[in-house]
Amino acid sequence: MKKILQVSIWRGGADGVYQVFEVPAQASQTVLDVVTWVQRHADATLAYRFSCRVGMCGSCAMMVNGIPRWTCRSHVAKVSKGGTLKLAPLANLPVIKDLTVDMSRFFEKWKRAEARFYPSASRKDDVMSVSPGTSGRIDADAAIECINCGVCYAACDTVKWDSDYLGPAALNRAWTLVNDERDAAGAKRLQAVANRGGCYTCHSHQSCQIHCPKALNPTRSIAGLKRAALAVR
Amino acid sequence: MNARLYIWQRATAALMVPLIGVHLITILYAVGDGLTGAEILARTQGSVVWALFYGMFVAAASVHSGIGVWTISGEWFGLAGPARDVAAIGFAFLLAGLGCRAVFAVVL
Repeated sequence: MKKILQVSIWRGGADGVYQVFEVPAQASQTVLDVVTWVQRHADATLAYRFSCRVGMCGSCAMMVNGIPRWTCRSHVAKVSKGGTLKLAPLANLPVIKDLTVDMSRFFEKWKRAEARFYPSASRKDDVMSVSPGTSGRIDADAAIECINCGVCYAACDTVKWDSDYLGPAALNRAWTLVNDERDAAGAKRLQAVANRGGCYTCHSHQSCQIHCPKALNPTRSIAGLKRAALAVR
Repeated sequence: MNARLYIWQRATAALMVPLIGVHLITILYAVGDGLTGAEILARTQGSVVWALFYGMFVAAASVHSGIGVWTISGEWFGLAGPARDVAAIGFAFLLAGLGCRAVFAVVL
């Protein structure tokens, strides 16, 4: 007899409810496979977000049994509890519908943190040679692989408590730019991350580090910002 | 929290670590040596050193806790604006008052 998964999925907006679906279990099945099966075979109105399906785009993140995960890289066999799954939209972000959240607040905070590159050279200048062995580049490289999936933001207690807090992803990106010798923002960015709601709001709970699917350590990046930003306060 | 509050909270924590160490070791030594309360008071009363030692601890603990209350009152209880500042400053002064009372009791 084929095994059936009991899958509870959040339906509706902020005041929605969980709806239970029975989904056939398959070998090597991911949580994204489960959600896709529900939309194609049980309820075509289910809203969710995905793109690459291979852990590159970061758009399929959801709460899986209470933990933020990329659903495309989460095997049901590893994350289900006795054949049950509870799927909800990413925490700490407003729900649009079902499993989709409004990410605009998340990206607004990237802007507030000045988490964008300010070039120090023009197109007329030669391409700058960047040595991979400098301490700044090593720090930047350690944090550079973020793909903006929002998992750390959903995992962060401080974001939950303080809606003003910039969050681990924006601060992590700011840290890579602080260490980028080609960047010209300097004190402007450090000032932006030192303001209220910035790096000093972090409690170093390290949930971002625990749940980051890329195994990055935003807590370490934020600790670096805390030290660096003291110079411009 | 901004950089200024962050520095004050870290600095006061760093100051309290050795003070707590000295306090605990002194208490263990005093109790282990069989000193009575009266004998301890005889040594602390009139002592400028102990007044400064515990006075410094009270000041550091008050500032440190006040900043902590500022953070918690906003994050856990949703206080904002002047109410949050009043809660934090009020708690700091309350702690400072109670602490000073205790210091006066052992050094005066």
